[in-house]
Amino acid sequence: MATITVKRPKLTFLEKLFIPTLIKGLRLTLSHGVRSLRGKAEGKEQLAAGHLGVTMQYPEQKWDSHLPEYYRGAPALVTDELGRERCVSCQLCEFICPPKAIKIIPQEIPADSEWAKVEKKPQAFDIDMIRCIYCGMCEEVCPEQAIYLRKDYAITGTSREEMVHDKDKLYEIGGQRIGLVNKWNDLK
Amino acid sequence: MSDTEATKQLPKDLAASEGKVNVQIDGVWHQFPKGTRMIEACKQVKVEVPHYCYHPKLSSPGNCRMCLVQMGMPPRPAPGQDPVFEDDGYQPIGWMPRPVIACANTVAENMGIRTTGPLVEEVRNGVMEFLLINHPLDCPICDQAGECRLQEFSVEHGRGTSRFVENKVKKPKNVDIGPRIRLDDERCIMCSRCIRFMDEVADDPVLGFTDRGTHTTLTIHPDRRLDHNYSLNTADICPVGALTSNDFRFKQRVWFLKETKTIDTNCGTGINVTVGARSNKILRVQPRENNDVNSSWIPDSHRLSFHTIIDEARLTDAMVMENGKHQTATVANAIQRAATELAKFKGEQIAIIASGRMTNEELFMVSRLRDALGATHCDIVPRTGESDNMLISADRNPNTEGAKKVLGISKPGSSLKTIKSGLASDKIKALVILQEDLTADAGFTQNDIQHASLIVSSHILANPTAEVSHILLPGASSFEKRGSMINVTGRLQRLNQAVQPNGNATDDWELLRDLTNAVGGGNGLYLIEDVFKSMASEVAEFNDLSLGKIGDQGIQLYETGIEIPLLTRERKRAENGEIVG
Repeated sequence: MATITVKRPKLTFLEKLFIPTLIKGLRLTLSHGVRSLRGKAEGKEQLAAGHLGVTMQYPEQKWDSHLPEYYRGAPALVTDELGRERCVSCQLCEFICPPKAIKIIPQEIPADSEWAKVEKKPQAFDIDMIRCIYCGMCEEVCPEQAIYLRKDYAITGTSREEMVHDKDKLYEIGGQRIGLVNKWNDLK
Repeated sequence: MSDTEATKQLPKDLAASEGKVNVQIDGVWHQFPKGTRMIEACKQVKVEVPHYCYHPKLSSPGNCRMCLVQMGMPPRPAPGQDPVFEDDGYQPIGWMPRPVIACANTVAENMGIRTTGPLVEEVRNGVMEFLLINHPLDCPICDQAGECRLQEFSVEHGRGTSRFVENKVKKPKNVDIGPRIRLDDERCIMCSRCIRFMDEVADDPVLGFTDRGTHTTLTIHPDRRLDHNYSLNTADICPVGALTSNDFRFKQRVWFLKETKTIDTNCGTGINVTVGARSNKILRVQPRENNDVNSSWIPDSHRLSFHTIIDEARLTDAMVMENGKHQTATVANAIQRAATELAKFKGEQIAIIASGRMTNEELFMVSRLRDALGATHCDIVPRTGESDNMLISADRNPNTEGAKKVLGISKPGSSLKTIKSGLASDKIKALVILQEDLTADAGFTQNDIQHASLIVSSHILANPTAEVSHILLPGASSFEKRGSMINVTGRLQRLNQAVQPNGNATDDWELLRDLTNAVGGGNGLYLIEDVFKSMASEVAEFNDLSLGKIGDQGIQLYETGIEIPLLTRERKRAENGEIVG
């Protein structure tokens, strides 16, 4: 490995004292203080923070409406326009999941079901949110567009069991997604 | 080197003297026996030729066209012209402009084969595109995904996107064609392996194609079902997910399975299998190729028998009878108790009934226990049925030969009568029953057994014998242990552990070792390898052998003269050149 020698900058006497730098910093802090007291703090509108506009008062105030589209929160399962669960339990997310948070038990769709053509669905789909690292690999690997990382970030619980999201919970978080590829239509 | 013109021999003559021919594969010259198929020649030198319809144990119809390669032969000399030899002694190869199939053509002298290059690449891509035209995109639900040849080769030779804009042909899906097999016609690529298997190997030709061209459909005879006892082999040889096993259907994706090479113990043949398990649970059993035992096949009855060991009646703890009721005990305590109780009896009062389902190592420990107890009566329970004239042997014990060699029993089952009458006349007072339910195959009744004042037994599942046992030890099933067995033809084969035994169930050889230790002092055996080593020094057949040396394919120790009918037929077909074998 190549080594890069970094040259230390040569400091003048005043710089070596650090006092001028300290004063510089204090001046900046004070100027912000004065500005917020006058109610003109920077980013006040954007943060929708309190009247001072410096700190967001979490949890009374939340970032939620400011989260970008690409935000990676809790993974969840989605249903399609007709309420069909999109997941066919191919278990690719279980395979790719780096912390092994996903556990799926597949099941055959009974022949009398409306979606018998799809043949397979998950009987159980558990995501252990203690393990989940919100990497989004499951969303990326899913061939059925069935799992998405939603904007839920405050996943809490009082026991380990509570932190495991089962199928019902995942569909509750995920909800319905419209306008995705529908490869199980009647033509195919 | 005395390479003078007179003595210099050409490669073709050198090869011919050994009955071989010279073949150039991807630029490298090799020698192969005459009559070798081109695809097999390539396989021998580790050059992969993709294929679907070709199977070495079946005839080669050459209908998938995936194995196309470029072939070349020396140009035919004009009349009067002598063949030209280059400096290396080979004739120049004239490459043919069109490809040939490698599965049905045999190699010839001075032949050239190209498995790469623009022509071969282009034809493979073309064949692949045709195969994928009507193939559904249901890999996420298809059980074959992960071990699908179509998936594998479409990675190498597929286009990624389809140019086919028309509607795909509709065919029946999820067809119930037999009790153990499900058919999905849309996934079928018409390789006809299943048809040929049912016709040539199973001799029950119930499958066939109907319709023509792109509408060709795999169908079952309208009045028949695919219910042959070898039907699940069709799911194994199906290169795609057209035929899938009902038993394994949607149980687990194949890439999660931990595969263990071991042998089946349902009959004397000792069929080689690969056990697929996940999270200590066996999910499927597949045949493993061994041309001296089972070729590439396994009967369904044997394949699905693994379900019994995950039965609810499984023994997971040692039990000791207290006041007529079984109480759970630790294995160590139960063994100690058994030893103290057994010590109260004289040698001639004790009978040991072992099992032909035990491994050589376990039987060896039985012989040690017999010596320690001084027991005079020792036998195994013979178990015979009818051979199916294919793979299932008439001897339903997997290790009768082992019992003969290791335990020294010349005629299994001969002293069972003596033991039965001994029990009735109170001459025999203690019974040690290992892995056998005496009420099932030995012809004892529960009353007969109860005559004994002490019954020590080891079992896998609850049964009538276990019910009346005073001390009950939980044993391990054949997929849960290591060891070796000798099959009916005299072949030594190895078992490997696919899963851990349930609960406190313990490897039988360890139970027996601890019992022997408790009865008559230590024997210094801590590993199963040690057991085999001491067995090898005492049993002549095992001299110079070790568990490791047995290998995955086994070792033929001696010939018993018993033949496996299916193998005999297959060898004959190979001799006739119908199959590769």
